[in-house]
Amino acid sequence: MRKQNNEITWDTFSEGLWRENPVFAMLLGMCPVLAVTNSAINALAMGVATTFVLLASGLLISLLRRQIPKQVRIATYIVIIATFVTIVDYTIQAISLDLYNALGAFIQLIVVNCMILGRAEAYASKNRPLKAFVNALGMGAGFTFALLCLGVVREVLGAGKLFGFDLFGPQFEPWVVMVLPAGGFIVLGAWLLLFEWFKQRKAQSESDAVVEVR
Amino acid sequence: MNYESLSFIFLNAVLANNFVLALFLGLCPFLGVSGKLNTAVPMGLATMFVMLVSSVCAYGINIVLVGLDIEFLRLIAYIVVIASAVQLVEMTLKKFSPGLFRALGIFLPLITTNCAILGLALFQTFKEYDFLQSLVYALGAGTGFILAIMLMAGLREKLELSNLPSVTQGAAVSLMLGGLLSLSFMGFAGLGGQ
Repeated sequence: MRKQNNEITWDTFSEGLWRENPVFAMLLGMCPVLAVTNSAINALAMGVATTFVLLASGLLISLLRRQIPKQVRIATYIVIIATFVTIVDYTIQAISLDLYNALGAFIQLIVVNCMILGRAEAYASKNRPLKAFVNALGMGAGFTFALLCLGVVREVLGAGKLFGFDLFGPQFEPWVVMVLPAGGFIVLGAWLLLFEWFKQRKAQSESDAVVEVR
Repeated sequence: MNYESLSFIFLNAVLANNFVLALFLGLCPFLGVSGKLNTAVPMGLATMFVMLVSSVCAYGINIVLVGLDIEFLRLIAYIVVIASAVQLVEMTLKKFSPGLFRALGIFLPLITTNCAILGLALFQTFKEYDFLQSLVYALGAGTGFILAIMLMAGLREKLELSNLPSVTQGAAVSLMLGGLLSLSFMGFAGLGGQ
C-alpha cells in the first residue's frame, strides 16, 4: 500500500471551506442548495443535516476502507450513506415536524447528494478515520456556509425577514421572485459571478505585481 | 388512494411542476451535460428510461415493504434498485451503441445519483399513486427533464457564439439562463397543483 501522509493540518480542514468549497468551487450537490434555501433557517437545518451524514459516513467508510472490496465499493458507500440519511430523516421528524414539512423530500434526497459520494470516493476511502473526519467537518462547514449565503440573500430580499425577524418594517415590498425557484438560480449565479470577479481581480493584481518587480 | 386523472398528472409533471425548473431535481446533468444538443438528448432519453424502470420497481417494492411493515428500509431499497437499473442501461448502451456510451462518459453512471430519479420514486410513494398513475408520472417527469435539458442545450449552443464578459463564462451564466427558463415555466403554474 502507498505510504500515506497522515498529518492533519489546518489545510485538511480549510480546503472545504474555501479553496474546494463544494458549492462555489466544485458545483456539487446543487439540488438541495437551490431547493431549500428559500429561508435562512431551512438552509441552516439542511446544512447541519448534510454535515452530519458527511461526518458519519466519512468516518465509517474510512474505518471500513480495507474491508470493502473494490468492485462493489460504490454500492457499499450508497448503502452506508442511505442508512445515516434514514437516521437523520427520522430524527428531524421527531424534533420538529414544521421543519420536516418545510424541507420535504429533500432530507431523503441527501442520499443522492453527489458531494457526499464524491468525498467518500475521493477522500474517506483513502485516508485515516481522524483525517477523513476533520476533512468532512471542513466540507460540511463549507457546504453550510454556501447554503447560508443563499438562504440569507433570498430570505432578506424575498420576504424582508432574516431568521423570521422582520427587517424593514411594513412598507417593504418583498421581491417574491427571490423565494420562488427562479430566484434560486439567479442568486447562485450572482454569487458565482462575484467570486469569479474576485478571483480574476486577484490574478490581475498578482500579474501586475510581477510586471512591477521586473 | 389518489384520484388525479392521468392527463393532469402528465401535464403537471411536464410543465407546471417540471422536475428541473420548478422542483430543482436533477440539476447535475442539467448543468453538466447540457453543453451540446446531441449529447443532451440521449442523456435525457437514458434518464427517462431509468425513471420508467425505477418507477415500476419502486411501486412493487413499496407494496412488499408496506406488507412486511418495514417502511424504514424504503430509502435503501429504492437506491439499490435505481443503481441496478442504471447498470442495466449502461450494459445495454455499451453493447448496442458504443459511440453514444463514450459520449455520455462519466454522466451515465452518475444517473444513479440523479436526484430526479430517487425524487420521482419518493414522490409517487407520498402521493399514493396506483400503478398506471405512477407510470404516467414517470413518463411526464422524463419528458419534462428532456424538455428542460434540450432548451438549455439549445440556449447554450447559441451562447457559444456570443461575446460575453470574461467573468460570466462558465457556470454562472448557465445558472442565470436556468433562472430565466424557470421564470418562463412559472407561466404554467396555473395548470397544476402541488
